[in-house]
Amino acid sequence: MEDKNNDILNEVTGSDYKYGFYTDIDMDQAPPGLTEDTVRFISAKKNEPEFMLEFRLKAFRYWQTMQEPEWAHLEYPPINYQDKIYYSAPRKKPKYESLDEVDPELLETFDKLGIPLDERKKLAGVAVDAVMDSVSVGSTFKKTLSEQGIIFCSFSEAVQKYPDLVKKYMGSVVPHTDNFFAALNSAVFSDGSFAYIPKGVKCPLELSTYFRINAANTGQFERTLIVAEEGSYVSYMEGCTAPIRDEHQLHAAIVEIVAHKDAEVKYSTVQNWWPGDKDGKGGVYNFVTKRGICEGENSKISWTQVETGSAITWKYPSLILKGDRSTGEFYSVAVTNKRQQADTGTKMIHLGKDTKSTIISKGISAGRSNNSYRGLVKTSRRAENARNFSQCDSLLLGDQSGAHTFPYIEVGNRSSIVEHEATTSKISEDQLFYCLQRGIDMEGAIGLIVNGYAKEVLSKLPMEFAVEAQKLLSVSLEGSVG
Amino acid sequence: MLKIKDLSVSVHGKIIIEGLNLEVNEGEVHAIMGPNGSGKSTLASVIAGRELFTVESGEITYLGQNLFDMPAEERAREGIFMGFQYPVEIPGVSIANFMRTALNEKRKHLGLEPLTGAEFLKLMEEKKKMVDIHSKLTNRAVNEGFSGGEKKKNEIFQMALLEPRLAILDETDSGLDIDALKVVANGVNKLKREDNATIVITHYQRLLDYIVPDFVHVLYDGRIIRSGPKELAMELEEKGYDWIKQEK
Ligand SMILES: Nc1ncnc2c1ncn2[C@@H]1O[C@H](COP(=O)(O)OP(=O)(O)O)[C@@H](O)[C@H]1O
Ligand SMILES: [Mg+2]
Repeated sequence: MEDKNNDILNEVTGSDYKYGFYTDIDMDQAPPGLTEDTVRFISAKKNEPEFMLEFRLKAFRYWQTMQEPEWAHLEYPPINYQDKIYYSAPRKKPKYESLDEVDPELLETFDKLGIPLDERKKLAGVAVDAVMDSVSVGSTFKKTLSEQGIIFCSFSEAVQKYPDLVKKYMGSVVPHTDNFFAALNSAVFSDGSFAYIPKGVKCPLELSTYFRINAANTGQFERTLIVAEEGSYVSYMEGCTAPIRDEHQLHAAIVEIVAHKDAEVKYSTVQNWWPGDKDGKGGVYNFVTKRGICEGENSKISWTQVETGSAITWKYPSLILKGDRSTGEFYSVAVTNKRQQADTGTKMIHLGKDTKSTIISKGISAGRSNNSYRGLVKTSRRAENARNFSQCDSLLLGDQSGAHTFPYIEVGNRSSIVEHEATTSKISEDQLFYCLQRGIDMEGAIGLIVNGYAKEVLSKLPMEFAVEAQKLLSVSLEGSVG
Repeated sequence: MLKIKDLSVSVHGKIIIEGLNLEVNEGEVHAIMGPNGSGKSTLASVIAGRELFTVESGEITYLGQNLFDMPAEERAREGIFMGFQYPVEIPGVSIANFMRTALNEKRKHLGLEPLTGAEFLKLMEEKKKMVDIHSKLTNRAVNEGFSGGEKKKNEIFQMALLEPRLAILDETDSGLDIDALKVVANGVNKLKREDNATIVITHYQRLLDYIVPDFVHVLYDGRIIRSGPKELAMELEEKGYDWIKQEK
């Protein structure tokens, strides 16, 4: 009986393969579940060259052998990877005809963040007038870049137009074997951005300023690759301060950065995915692998991040300081409120001589949230005179939230110096009353105090982003005290 | 302007102020003196609306309104200012940013347009001159790493910017050298107008050489046990608090 059942089962499932849906590429969505067919379907949908399909399949097969990591200080119900949808075609039609149809709560938040009207429409998925659309802005922007030989396009476009560059660098910093979520992303990634700065070119614009809305819509498995050739410079911004509600709960992105000799890359991001309701229901799970390599001598990469969203954040932007005298920086503000959980930090791997790294991490926990910093500083035997300075501060609001620090230090030679400082503080009743007595209400007071606390990090953000991020911090903590 | 009737206040179940009466009118300067622990700061905090303290009984009216109906920030916007005995540090928040936020909140409450950055800076320069504080101070984070004197001068500077109707200065003089004391006193005197009032809390007579009060009250064990003209302060200085305690 049992055998017979199995036979039927096999026949049914086996037939899937025979009439494999990957041939039916007119479908807008892959059926739920993740099999080799799903991977083939995605690759076919995107009309990818053979090397991409191979890359994805290799990653998929590896992923199947892996276990989801459990070491992070996070708690969430098991994720069923087989009931998720791994590909849906980009939405062509706007969801709404006018802003009147959009959730008023969302509009109120836009208002508080001071987001311009036309951007609000795009963010909420409302049809935008042709005039207002930033296509024209976008194309002047592109022209300026291409005159200098800078490539800045979607990852899919890069696969088609610059396959050699993609082949050379994709997976070179974050191999598909790196971790569970990286393997998953490598198998099924939807799209993302690609930036290439040629030798000696200083990119004259903050990349992605004009595209931040588009960037916000690239879906659940994003992949970004930035390559800075010798002596080049670029400042790259990703993310969005407006709260993004997304029907996909699981997000697993990869960002790879390569800096060659004397090159400098500044990567800034603001992440504000929907954190879920007050019980944490419906929020986005954000599992991200970001890593940069300072490949050449005297190169420099800095990560600046402001994390306020997601139900769960699992994210450790890391740097491999391979070139001698290369520099790595990590500046982070992570806010958790309500039931949010964040386990975030960085890894600084010093391989080259005289390499330097700085870590400034500012955690803010409110409500019943949990906020953990997890960092590794490692200096190899060859990394003579390596220097690291880490400062990890936690700020607690109320008495139901948690802050945790997990610093790991591995020093491989006698001449390197690693310094770690950590503090935990609370917003005191004295501070709040001082503000109230000057006529500033409770929420204004918390906003001021929190922004003051995070100033060291916020000041590293590009100007325009910094202003938005400040408002975002205040808005994120609304209702957290009193 | 301010009428306190039969006020009793407790903290964590312990009575600190008991049956206190006080009336302050426009144009007046009152000094409240008393030994440590007599309840001076508590009184100031209750007027300013600090929730830590529980009002057990009594009433306070301010400009005809029941003060207990107003949350602390509204009292501030309506013109009550408290100079803190121990001004607190707010790391990373510049005085300029802090005060611009405060002033614009007040203006909004009064139905006025917010000041632009440039307007605010101009006003700030005027006030800095008026109260004679160093210009660099306002770029620094609120009270962070300030000396005792700088903190107190900063309180007076904030008072100058907010132009309160009722200012309560809680031991703004303690810990100051004579020069700083003069700066503080000068500030208070320059800000004095027909339609505002000041309560200076102190336990030294010294400050009253520079700020001349219309009335002096002695607070002891949560009650005002004596009120009189400015000469009372000198008598106190001469004879000490024990004199009053015994008379009581
Ligand atoms: N937060 C508090 N908790 C407990 N007791 C307090 C608190 N604040 C003040 N007190 C008590 O109230 C009394 C009066 O204090 P205070 O008003 O600071 O006096 P003063 O300013 O005259 O020195 C003191 O006995 C003090 O210990
Ligand atoms: Mg006191």
